[in-house]
Amino acid sequence: MMIAALAFYVFAAILIASAAMVVSARNPVHSVLFLILAFFNAAALFLLAGAEFLAMILVIVYVGAVAVLFLFVVMMLDINFSQLREGFQRYAPVGATIGVVLLAELAIVLGGWKFAPGAASLRFAPRAEGVHNTAQLGQLIYTHYILLFQASGLVLLVAMIGAIVLTLRDKTSSRHQVIAQQIGRMAGDTLEMMDVRSGAGVRELGIIRPKPAPEPEVAAHDDHGHHGGGH
Amino acid sequence: MTITDIMGEGTDMLAVGLGHYLAVSAILLVLGIFGIFLNRKNVIVILMSIELMLLAVNLNLVAFSSALDDLTGQVMAMFVLTVAAAEAAIGLAIVVIYFRNRGSIEVEDVNLMKG
Repeated sequence: MMIAALAFYVFAAILIASAAMVVSARNPVHSVLFLILAFFNAAALFLLAGAEFLAMILVIVYVGAVAVLFLFVVMMLDINFSQLREGFQRYAPVGATIGVVLLAELAIVLGGWKFAPGAASLRFAPRAEGVHNTAQLGQLIYTHYILLFQASGLVLLVAMIGAIVLTLRDKTSSRHQVIAQQIGRMAGDTLEMMDVRSGAGVRELGIIRPKPAPEPEVAAHDDHGHHGGGH
Repeated sequence: MTITDIMGEGTDMLAVGLGHYLAVSAILLVLGIFGIFLNRKNVIVILMSIELMLLAVNLNLVAFSSALDDLTGQVMAMFVLTVAAAEAAIGLAIVVIYFRNRGSIEVEDVNLMKG
Protein backbone atom coordinates (compact mmCIF):
# COMPACT_ATOMS: atom_id res chain seq x y z
CA MET A 1 0.00 0.00 0.00
CA MET A 2 2.88 2.30 0.78
CA ILE A 3 4.54 1.70 -2.58
CA ALA A 4 1.24 2.23 -4.36
CA ALA A 5 0.72 5.55 -2.59
CA LEU A 6 4.26 6.61 -3.47
CA ALA A 7 3.66 5.63 -7.10
CA PHE A 8 0.46 7.65 -7.10
CA TYR A 9 2.25 10.79 -5.96
CA VAL A 10 5.06 10.34 -8.49
CA PHE A 11 2.68 9.80 -11.40
CA ALA A 12 0.37 12.60 -10.31
CA ALA A 13 3.29 15.02 -10.01
CA ILE A 14 4.57 14.14 -13.48
CA LEU A 15 1.03 14.37 -14.86
CA ILE A 16 0.48 17.86 -13.52
CA ALA A 17 3.95 19.04 -14.50
CA SER A 18 3.59 17.78 -18.06
CA ALA A 19 0.07 19.26 -18.30
CA ALA A 20 1.55 22.61 -17.27
CA MET A 21 4.20 22.19 -19.96
CA VAL A 22 1.52 21.40 -22.55
CA VAL A 23 -0.16 24.75 -22.10
CA SER A 24 3.03 26.78 -21.69
CA ALA A 25 5.55 25.19 -24.06
CA ARG A 26 7.04 27.53 -26.64
CA ASN A 27 6.92 25.02 -29.47
CA PRO A 28 3.67 23.17 -30.25
CA VAL A 29 5.65 20.01 -31.07
CA HIS A 30 6.93 20.00 -27.49
CA SER A 31 3.34 20.53 -26.35
CA VAL A 32 2.27 17.37 -28.15
CA LEU A 33 5.16 15.40 -26.67
CA PHE A 34 4.26 16.58 -23.17
CA LEU A 35 0.65 15.65 -23.90
CA ILE A 36 1.82 12.12 -24.64
CA LEU A 37 3.72 12.06 -21.33
CA ALA A 38 0.60 13.31 -19.55
CA PHE A 39 -1.50 10.57 -21.09
CA PHE A 40 1.00 7.91 -20.07
CA ASN A 41 0.93 9.11 -16.46
CA ALA A 42 -2.85 9.33 -16.49
CA ALA A 43 -2.91 5.73 -17.68
CA ALA A 44 -0.70 4.83 -14.73
CA LEU A 45 -3.16 6.56 -12.40
CA PHE A 46 -5.98 4.59 -14.00
CA LEU A 47 -4.04 1.40 -13.35
CA LEU A 48 -3.57 2.39 -9.71
CA ALA A 49 -7.31 2.94 -9.45
CA GLY A 50 -7.96 -0.55 -10.78
CA ALA A 51 -9.23 0.43 -14.23
CA GLU A 52 -6.88 -1.73 -16.25
CA PHE A 53 -8.88 -1.78 -19.48
CA LEU A 54 -9.31 2.00 -19.55
CA ALA A 55 -5.60 2.47 -18.90
CA MET A 56 -4.69 0.34 -21.90
CA ILE A 57 -7.36 2.03 -24.04
CA LEU A 58 -5.94 5.40 -23.02
CA VAL A 59 -2.46 4.38 -24.13
CA ILE A 60 -3.68 2.86 -27.41
CA VAL A 61 -6.25 5.49 -28.39
CA TYR A 62 -4.59 8.63 -27.09
CA VAL A 63 -0.89 7.97 -27.39
CA GLY A 64 -1.27 5.79 -30.47
CA ALA A 65 -3.86 7.76 -32.39
CA VAL A 66 -4.87 11.15 -31.07
CA ALA A 67 -1.42 12.40 -30.08
CA VAL A 68 0.05 11.19 -33.37
CA LEU A 69 -2.78 13.01 -35.16
CA PHE A 70 -1.87 16.19 -33.31
CA LEU A 71 1.78 15.68 -34.18
CA PHE A 72 0.92 15.21 -37.86
CA VAL A 73 -1.13 18.38 -37.97
CA VAL A 74 1.45 20.45 -36.09
CA MET A 75 4.20 19.32 -38.45
CA MET A 76 2.05 19.52 -41.58
CA LEU A 77 1.01 23.13 -41.12
CA ASP A 78 3.74 25.64 -41.76
CA ILE A 79 3.11 27.87 -38.79
CA ASN A 80 5.07 30.86 -37.66
CA PHE A 81 5.50 29.86 -34.04
CA SER A 82 6.94 33.10 -32.78
CA GLN A 83 3.95 34.99 -34.09
CA LEU A 84 1.62 32.72 -32.18
CA ARG A 85 3.27 33.67 -28.91
CA GLU A 86 2.13 37.27 -29.09
CA GLY A 87 -0.35 38.21 -26.40
CA PHE A 88 0.89 35.51 -24.06
CA GLN A 89 1.55 37.95 -21.25
CA ARG A 90 -1.61 39.85 -22.07
CA TYR A 91 -3.89 36.89 -21.53
CA ALA A 92 -1.99 35.24 -18.67
CA PRO A 93 -3.50 37.37 -15.84
CA VAL A 94 -7.08 36.80 -17.02
CA GLY A 95 -6.50 33.08 -17.39
CA ALA A 96 -4.77 32.85 -14.01
CA THR A 97 -7.61 34.74 -12.33
CA ILE A 98 -10.27 32.50 -13.81
CA GLY A 99 -8.20 29.42 -13.00
CA VAL A 100 -7.75 30.45 -9.38
CA VAL A 101 -11.46 31.24 -9.03
CA LEU A 102 -12.40 27.89 -10.54
CA LEU A 103 -9.93 26.03 -8.34
CA ALA A 104 -11.32 27.79 -5.26
CA GLU A 105 -14.84 26.85 -6.28
CA LEU A 106 -13.82 23.23 -6.79
CA ALA A 107 -12.10 23.25 -3.38
CA ILE A 108 -15.25 24.62 -1.74
CA VAL A 109 -17.43 22.03 -3.43
CA LEU A 110 -15.13 19.09 -2.69
CA GLY A 111 -14.43 20.31 0.86
CA GLY A 112 -18.07 20.36 1.88
CA TRP A 113 -19.06 17.25 0.01
CA LYS A 114 -19.68 13.79 1.44
CA PHE A 115 -21.25 10.56 0.33
CA ALA A 116 -24.92 10.05 1.00
CA PRO A 117 -25.54 7.34 3.60
CA GLY A 118 -27.46 5.23 1.10
CA ALA A 119 -24.81 5.45 -1.59
CA ALA A 120 -23.80 1.82 -1.19
CA SER A 121 -27.25 0.55 -2.06
CA LEU A 122 -27.37 2.69 -5.19
CA ARG A 123 -24.50 0.89 -6.88
CA PHE A 124 -25.41 -0.44 -10.28
CA ALA A 125 -22.55 -2.79 -11.11
CA PRO A 126 -20.34 -3.61 -8.13
CA ARG A 127 -17.10 -5.43 -8.79
CA ALA A 128 -17.64 -9.15 -9.01
CA GLU A 129 -15.20 -11.58 -7.43
CA GLY A 130 -13.08 -13.56 -9.85
CA VAL A 131 -14.09 -11.58 -12.93
CA HIS A 132 -11.45 -9.20 -14.10
CA ASN A 133 -11.98 -5.65 -15.15
CA THR A 134 -12.10 -6.09 -18.92
CA ALA A 135 -14.55 -8.98 -18.85
CA GLN A 136 -16.84 -7.16 -16.48
CA LEU A 137 -16.76 -3.99 -18.56
CA GLY A 138 -17.64 -6.07 -21.60
CA GLN A 139 -20.56 -7.67 -19.79
CA LEU A 140 -21.85 -4.19 -18.92
CA ILE A 141 -21.30 -2.58 -22.31
CA TYR A 142 -22.88 -5.33 -24.36
CA THR A 143 -25.96 -5.63 -22.16
CA HIS A 144 -27.08 -2.57 -20.25
CA TYR A 145 -25.21 0.03 -22.26
CA ILE A 146 -25.62 -1.45 -25.72
CA LEU A 147 -27.52 1.60 -27.01
CA LEU A 148 -24.87 4.00 -25.74
CA PHE A 149 -22.21 1.75 -27.17
CA GLN A 150 -23.83 1.74 -30.61
CA ALA A 151 -24.36 5.49 -30.38
CA SER A 152 -20.68 6.04 -29.66
CA GLY A 153 -19.86 3.91 -32.68
CA LEU A 154 -22.15 6.16 -34.70
CA VAL A 155 -20.38 9.23 -33.30
CA LEU A 156 -17.06 7.82 -34.48
CA LEU A 157 -18.49 7.06 -37.92
CA VAL A 158 -19.87 10.58 -38.28
CA ALA A 159 -16.57 12.03 -37.10
CA MET A 160 -14.66 9.94 -39.61
CA ILE A 161 -16.90 10.90 -42.53
CA GLY A 162 -16.91 14.51 -41.39
CA ALA A 163 -13.13 14.71 -41.21
CA ILE A 164 -12.80 13.15 -44.66
CA VAL A 165 -15.42 15.46 -46.20
CA LEU A 166 -13.82 18.51 -44.61
CA THR A 167 -10.29 17.84 -45.72
CA LEU A 168 -10.86 16.14 -49.08
CA ARG A 169 -9.74 18.37 -51.91
CA ASP A 170 -11.38 17.71 -55.27
CA LYS A 171 -8.66 18.01 -57.82
CA THR A 172 -10.10 19.49 -61.03
CA SER A 173 -6.88 18.91 -62.95
CA SER A 174 -6.88 15.15 -62.60
CA ARG A 175 -8.61 13.04 -65.23
CA HIS A 176 -10.95 10.60 -63.60
CA GLN A 177 -12.11 7.55 -65.43
CA VAL A 178 -15.83 7.81 -66.24
CA ILE A 179 -16.82 4.19 -66.57
CA ALA A 180 -20.42 4.90 -67.59
CA GLN A 181 -19.26 6.88 -70.57
CA GLN A 182 -16.74 4.25 -71.49
CA ILE A 183 -19.15 1.34 -71.55
CA GLY A 184 -22.02 3.43 -72.91
CA ARG A 185 -20.09 4.21 -76.06
CA MET A 186 -21.53 2.76 -79.26
CA ALA A 187 -19.52 1.52 -82.20
CA GLY A 188 -21.15 4.15 -84.43
CA ASP A 189 -19.72 6.94 -82.29
CA THR A 190 -16.19 6.07 -83.18
CA LEU A 191 -16.27 3.82 -86.24
CA GLU A 192 -17.36 4.72 -89.75
CA MET A 193 -17.26 2.48 -92.77
CA MET A 194 -15.85 4.19 -95.85
CA ASP A 195 -15.50 3.11 -99.41
CA VAL A 196 -11.97 4.03 -100.34
CA ARG A 197 -11.08 4.32 -103.97
CA SER A 198 -7.79 2.75 -104.74
CA GLY A 199 -5.07 5.32 -105.05
CA ALA A 200 -7.00 8.06 -103.26
CA GLY A 201 -5.59 9.59 -100.06
CA VAL A 202 -7.52 10.03 -96.84
CA ARG A 203 -7.48 13.78 -97.18
CA GLU A 204 -9.14 13.58 -100.53
CA LEU A 205 -12.02 11.57 -99.15
CA GLY A 206 -12.50 13.88 -96.19
CA ILE A 207 -11.65 11.30 -93.56
CA ILE A 208 -10.50 13.06 -90.44
CA ARG A 209 -8.88 10.93 -87.86
CA PRO A 210 -9.57 10.64 -85.00
CA LYS A 211 -13.22 11.19 -85.57
CA PRO A 212 -14.38 14.41 -83.89
CA ALA A 213 -16.29 13.79 -80.66
CA PRO A 214 -19.99 14.59 -80.74
CA GLU A 215 -20.01 16.58 -77.48
CA PRO A 216 -17.14 18.40 -75.77
CA GLU A 217 -17.67 16.76 -72.34
CA VAL A 218 -17.40 13.33 -73.85
CA ALA A 219 -14.24 14.42 -75.61
CA ALA A 220 -12.62 15.33 -72.30
CA HIS A 221 -12.88 11.75 -71.07
CA ASP A 222 -12.78 10.05 -74.43
CA ASP A 223 -9.06 9.66 -74.81
CA HIS A 224 -8.85 6.81 -72.30
CA GLY A 225 -10.39 4.57 -74.88
CA HIS A 226 -8.26 5.41 -77.89
CA HIS A 227 -4.76 6.05 -76.71
CA GLY A 228 -3.61 5.85 -73.16
CA GLY A 229 -0.57 8.05 -73.43
CA GLY A 230 -2.36 11.39 -73.54
CA HIS A 231 -0.86 12.66 -70.27
CA MET B 1 -18.61 10.08 7.13
CA THR B 2 -15.89 8.48 5.05
CA ILE B 3 -16.12 6.06 2.18
CA THR B 4 -15.19 3.03 4.24
CA ASP B 5 -18.01 3.81 6.69
CA ILE B 6 -20.49 3.50 3.86
CA MET B 7 -18.91 0.92 1.62
CA GLY B 8 -17.42 -1.36 4.23
CA GLU B 9 -13.82 -2.43 4.55
CA GLY B 10 -11.93 -3.82 1.61
CA THR B 11 -14.12 -2.53 -1.18
CA ASP B 12 -12.06 0.59 -1.75
CA MET B 13 -9.51 -0.15 -4.43
CA LEU B 14 -7.72 3.17 -4.27
CA ALA B 15 -4.17 3.21 -2.93
CA VAL B 16 -4.66 6.75 -1.71
CA GLY B 17 -7.80 8.55 -0.72
CA LEU B 18 -10.44 9.65 -3.20
CA GLY B 19 -9.65 13.26 -2.34
CA HIS B 20 -6.15 12.92 -3.81
CA TYR B 21 -7.55 11.79 -7.14
CA LEU B 22 -10.09 14.59 -7.11
CA ALA B 23 -7.38 17.15 -6.34
CA VAL B 24 -5.22 15.92 -9.24
CA SER B 25 -8.13 16.03 -11.63
CA ALA B 26 -9.22 19.49 -10.41
CA ILE B 27 -5.70 20.82 -11.02
CA LEU B 28 -5.70 19.19 -14.46
CA LEU B 29 -9.04 20.79 -15.35
CA VAL B 30 -7.86 24.22 -14.22
CA LEU B 31 -4.66 23.81 -16.23
CA GLY B 32 -6.73 23.01 -19.30
CA ILE B 33 -8.86 26.14 -18.86
CA PHE B 34 -5.74 28.19 -18.21
CA GLY B 35 -4.25 26.83 -21.42
CA ILE B 36 -7.27 27.98 -23.42
CA PHE B 37 -6.82 31.51 -22.12
CA LEU B 38 -3.05 31.47 -22.48
CA ASN B 39 -2.89 30.27 -26.09
CA ARG B 40 -5.51 32.48 -27.62
CA LYS B 41 -3.81 32.38 -31.01
CA ASN B 42 -2.91 28.74 -31.38
CA VAL B 43 -5.92 26.51 -32.07
CA ILE B 44 -3.88 23.32 -31.81
CA VAL B 45 -2.83 24.03 -28.23
CA ILE B 46 -6.45 24.95 -27.43
CA LEU B 47 -7.51 21.54 -28.71
CA MET B 48 -4.82 19.94 -26.55
CA SER B 49 -6.14 21.88 -23.55
CA ILE B 50 -9.61 20.51 -24.23
CA GLU B 51 -8.08 17.03 -24.30
CA LEU B 52 -6.51 17.73 -20.90
CA MET B 53 -9.88 18.81 -19.49
CA LEU B 54 -11.55 15.66 -20.81
CA LEU B 55 -8.73 13.64 -19.26
CA ALA B 56 -9.50 15.31 -15.93
CA VAL B 57 -13.15 14.31 -16.32
CA ASN B 58 -12.10 10.74 -17.04
CA LEU B 59 -9.83 10.71 -14.00
CA ASN B 60 -12.76 11.85 -11.87
CA LEU B 61 -15.04 9.17 -13.27
CA VAL B 62 -12.49 6.42 -12.76
CA ALA B 63 -11.67 7.57 -9.23
CA PHE B 64 -15.32 7.60 -8.21
CA SER B 65 -15.90 4.29 -9.94
CA SER B 66 -13.09 2.77 -7.97
CA ALA B 67 -13.99 4.38 -4.66
CA LEU B 68 -17.66 3.48 -4.90
CA ASP B 69 -16.94 0.05 -6.37
CA ASP B 70 -19.27 0.63 -9.29
CA LEU B 71 -18.12 -0.06 -12.84
CA THR B 72 -20.63 2.33 -14.42
CA GLY B 73 -18.16 5.17 -14.02
CA GLN B 74 -15.59 3.32 -16.13
CA VAL B 75 -18.20 2.69 -18.83
CA MET B 76 -18.98 6.40 -18.91
CA ALA B 77 -15.27 7.20 -19.02
CA MET B 78 -14.99 5.01 -22.10
CA PHE B 79 -17.77 6.94 -23.83
CA VAL B 80 -16.11 10.23 -22.90
CA LEU B 81 -12.92 8.85 -24.46
CA THR B 82 -14.81 8.07 -27.68
CA VAL B 83 -16.32 11.53 -27.90
CA ALA B 84 -12.93 13.11 -27.15
CA ALA B 85 -11.28 11.17 -29.97
CA ALA B 86 -14.03 12.18 -32.41
CA GLU B 87 -13.76 15.79 -31.28
CA ALA B 88 -10.00 15.80 -31.82
CA ALA B 89 -10.37 14.41 -35.34
CA ILE B 90 -13.04 16.93 -36.36
CA GLY B 91 -11.22 19.83 -34.68
CA LEU B 92 -7.95 19.05 -36.41
CA ALA B 93 -9.75 18.70 -39.76
CA ILE B 94 -11.24 22.15 -39.25
CA VAL B 95 -7.80 23.52 -38.34
CA VAL B 96 -6.34 22.03 -41.53
CA ILE B 97 -8.96 23.55 -43.84
CA TYR B 98 -8.83 26.85 -41.96
CA PHE B 99 -5.08 26.99 -42.45
CA ARG B 100 -5.52 26.09 -46.11
CA ASN B 101 -7.91 28.98 -46.62
CA ARG B 102 -6.37 31.68 -44.46
CA GLY B 103 -2.71 30.74 -44.09
CA SER B 104 -2.78 31.04 -40.31
CA ILE B 105 -4.40 29.32 -37.34
CA GLU B 106 -4.98 32.37 -35.18
CA VAL B 107 -8.31 32.17 -33.43
CA GLU B 108 -8.63 35.93 -33.35
CA ASP B 109 -9.05 35.97 -37.13
CA VAL B 110 -12.13 33.78 -36.95
CA ASN B 111 -14.48 36.74 -36.57
CA LEU B 112 -14.42 37.17 -40.34
CA MET B 113 -18.05 36.22 -40.78
CA LYS B 114 -19.52 38.37 -38.02
CA GLY B 115 -22.27 40.65 -39.23
